[in-house]
Order: sequence, then structure tokens, then C-alpha cells
Amino acid sequence: MNATILHILNAGPLVTFQDAGRPGNMRFGVPASGPMDRASFVTANLAVGNSVDDTVIEVSMGGLQLECKSGAISFSVVGGAFFIDLDGVEYNSGVVLSIRSGQKLTIRPGKWGSWCYLAFSGKLDTTQWLGKSATHSQSGFGGGILKTGSEILVQEAVVRKYREGEIAPFTYKPFDGYARIVLGPQDHQFSSGAISKLLDSEFNLTTGYDRMGMRLDGPKLQMKDSLSIPSEPIVKGSVQVAGDGMATILLADHQTTGGYPKIATVISADHDTLTQLRPRDKIRFKMIDPDDAIKIARVRSIELKYHMDTFS
Amino acid sequence: MKSTAFKPVADHALLIEFGTEVDDDTNRRVISLDQAILNANINGVLKITPALVNLLVVFDPLITDHTKIRSAVEKLLPQLTNAGEAGRRHILNACYDTDISPDLNAVANACSLSTEEVINIHTSTEYRVGMYGFVPGFAYLIGVPEIIQVPRKKEPALGIAKGNIIIAGAQCIVTSLKMPSGWNVIGRSDAEIITDDPDQAFLFNVGDTIVFRRISREALKWIA
Repeated sequence: MNATILHILNAGPLVTFQDAGRPGNMRFGVPASGPMDRASFVTANLAVGNSVDDTVIEVSMGGLQLECKSGAISFSVVGGAFFIDLDGVEYNSGVVLSIRSGQKLTIRPGKWGSWCYLAFSGKLDTTQWLGKSATHSQSGFGGGILKTGSEILVQEAVVRKYREGEIAPFTYKPFDGYARIVLGPQDHQFSSGAISKLLDSEFNLTTGYDRMGMRLDGPKLQMKDSLSIPSEPIVKGSVQVAGDGMATILLADHQTTGGYPKIATVISADHDTLTQLRPRDKIRFKMIDPDDAIKIARVRSIELKYHMDTFS
Repeated sequence: MKSTAFKPVADHALLIEFGTEVDDDTNRRVISLDQAILNANINGVLKITPALVNLLVVFDPLITDHTKIRSAVEKLLPQLTNAGEAGRRHILNACYDTDISPDLNAVANACSLSTEEVINIHTSTEYRVGMYGFVPGFAYLIGVPEIIQVPRKKEPALGIAKGNIIIAGAQCIVTSLKMPSGWNVIGRSDAEIITDDPDQAFLFNVGDTIVFRRISREALKWIA
């Protein structure tokens, strides 16, 4: 079996190994983790001939620099608009390339996007937790956070020349300024003024953004009374409002329960584009009803399947 | 019987709520419903997260929806009990030396008790695993007796290591990871909540019974 070894010359904060995640353990306090932008993750894997749920490297805005120490391997970079430098030649994310011994690869943020996915044509050798490599960022459980100076081993490494070149991203509904929400489950705990503010105001994504969630800046969302609710389940997309009236959208590594009321929940179809926003970007919310949310999930699923089929 | 509230959550979950106040009866009904849904094999249900007064059913929106899940769950409600499931019983080692239990004296003072009295009350109580939450392995043990109940501290401590026994209100947690916490640290345990056993990756199930057994510091297998 061919193996490729890559040396990590520099890894920014929050560059992690991720597979499709470990759903099903919420009852033990474990969020699913996995990629922040799932459609880009799936595309990165399929573009190099991997399975949809293979382990990849999720690159944050901190960027990543690698040097290939031995072997040769094809790889893809998908998600946002990141700059790629392969031994002095520049590319944009949405591409399949190959790297061989002695070459350097640099990935850094470009015009937009907070996360991109680096998938190798082969099997990334990582530690696992509960059978998955997805990294839970607070504990480091799973494949873990990449560290400058350490090495990456890819087993069954192959070069797939015919796959090299630009690849089409998944273009279902690019972010248009709105995240679609279903109100609740604790919208009744808020004043009617708070609901209007949520639906009529513009919010700013703050620098309080990591794999756990994104804190927003905007008008205070007042609760009817300051009662705390019994700690209760949270999902990816929950819009939780803290005692100071500020909203946080919880994401891949969210705490599984919390005692702050959730005024609304962002529908799954909008998670991927939402996570690609950057601090200071603006977000508005658009309310839809639960039945429409289900219809949207079904339509998006069909579109994602069409997109995936283009790689088979 | 209390009324049951159903709340749709986005496009993929339904929250089922038995009340808004944490009490034994409500939590036992949640645990009973959790078991009933697990046994019922409802089409499209992916996972269930039981909590203190409610539980979340996560489903696959491609094959079912909020309304179908609601009617399937409503059929199960008549069979629920608040008798409590026959969970397992766990005895956890606990050391209450004050130098590794930084808030024990303050808890005793706040309750007008001696530290020995607080320890005796804490070790002579049976707790029930009401839910897991927050981060992996944080099991919320319900049943801290009223005479030693204290609120959480005003300022959270930044790094509470694994193995601390912490209390706030009626709840107690043996920490499984180093985490910031505003809860009161009253002792240390050597219980490994996150195990290395792939078949039982977490020491307790929701509904299990927990008791603490006081041991000396030397007898603790580890102190993180």
C-alpha cells in the first residue's frame, strides 16, 4: 500500500480532522460535531474519489501550510473562496490537484468563507472517538486539532490525474442575507417586541465565532421575565438568547443542553451557507412555518443528490 | 395528569414537554417516554435526547414530519409511568478533603451546617441520572436534599478538572472533562464517566441510581 506523509509547517487555530460526525450520542452530552459546511465536505470527498463520509481536514481562517515528505497524492480543496498555493502556483478553492514529495501546499482565506475542506485521495490516519474521527473542539476528542510541527499520514494514497482541475461547488441557494428560521421552541418566553426585532432587524456576526456557535450583535431580545428554564436539549441551528438579550446561533460542537431560552431555530438547509459567514457579516432572519421547513429539506436533499451524482 | 406540549424544532425535531418545573415526577415521565419511543421503532426517528422536563425527538425530514411524529408519540402517552425505570445502581467513590473541595466550607456555612453534616447528607442520598447535557459525560444527578442546596456561584471558576463533585440547586455532577463551571465543588471522585468500553462508552444511563461512598484520599485511584 502506498502511503503519503505530510509535515505540518503551520496550522492556524481550529484546523481539525472531521468525518461526517457522530450523531446519536446527544443523550450522553455529545454533539454530532463533523463539518461546519457539510455540502463542501461531501463535495471535497467525492471530487477525489472518496466515500462521502471519509475523514478530511477542516481548514479555518487560520490557514494551513503543509510539506509533502514522501509519496504523491491527489487532493481537493472545497468551500468558500480560499487561496491555494501549490509550490508557487496559485489556485482558488473548488479544485483538485496533486502533490508529491518535496512540494509545499499553503491554504489561506481569500475573498469570503470561514471554512474549507482538504480531502486526500486515500485514508487519513487519525485517532477516533466513539468510532468516528470528527473532532469535538472543546475536548479535542476524535481526530483532533492539527498541530504545527506534527505529521499527517495518508494510507492507500493515489494520484488521480483525470480528476485534476476545477470542480463545481454545490450552488443551492447562496447566502442572500437571510437565514430561514422556525420560531421556538421557547418563543413564548419573549415579549412580542422581541419577536418583531428578531424578524425586522439586521444582526452582525461578532468575533465570538467558533465551532460551538456564532454570537450576534444586534438589538436586545427581551424576555417576558428573567426566569431561567430547566436545562433542555439544543440542536445545531438553535438561536439561544442569553440574559443580556444577545443571540447566539449554536453550531456543530454545540453544548447539548442549556438553560437559556431558544427564540428560534435555523433550518438545516441554511446551515452550510450560514457557517461560511465571517465576523462583521450581516444576518437577517426570515420566519417560515415547520411544514415549509420540511419541504425545503426535501428539495435541498434532491438537489444535493444531483450535485453528488455529477462526481460518480 | 399534566398536559403534554409538542413544539416543532426547525425541520428535523419535535420537543415534547411535560412541565416547566424540574421535579421527580416529571423527569420520571420523560425517562419513561424515552424508553417507550426507543421500543416503539417509530419510522424516521433518528435519535432521542431526554432532558429534565422534556425530550427531543430528532427525525429524518425526508421520510417523516412533525405531525406524524406527534401522533406516533401521542399513542404512547397512556402507557407512561412515573414509577421510574429499573436502572442500574452505581456506587461512586468520593473524597471530601477540604483542600481539594474548595467550596465545601462555603456550602456548609450557607446551609448553617458543619462540613461533616454536609458530607453525611451528601453520602446518605440516592440520586437519579436525570439527563446528560452541556458537554460529553456531564450527567445531571437529581436529588440533592434541600438542606444542602445552594445556588451556583456568581463567578464561574475557569478550569474545573475531571473528577470534581459539583452541586447547584437540586443537581449534582461528577465532571468528566476539564470545563469552566459556576457550580460548587464539594468533593472528588475517581469515577470514569467516559469509559474506554465501546459497548458502554458512558458509565450511566439516564434513569440509573447513584450513591456516593466516602473514601480516604489515598484510596482515590486518581486525582486529575
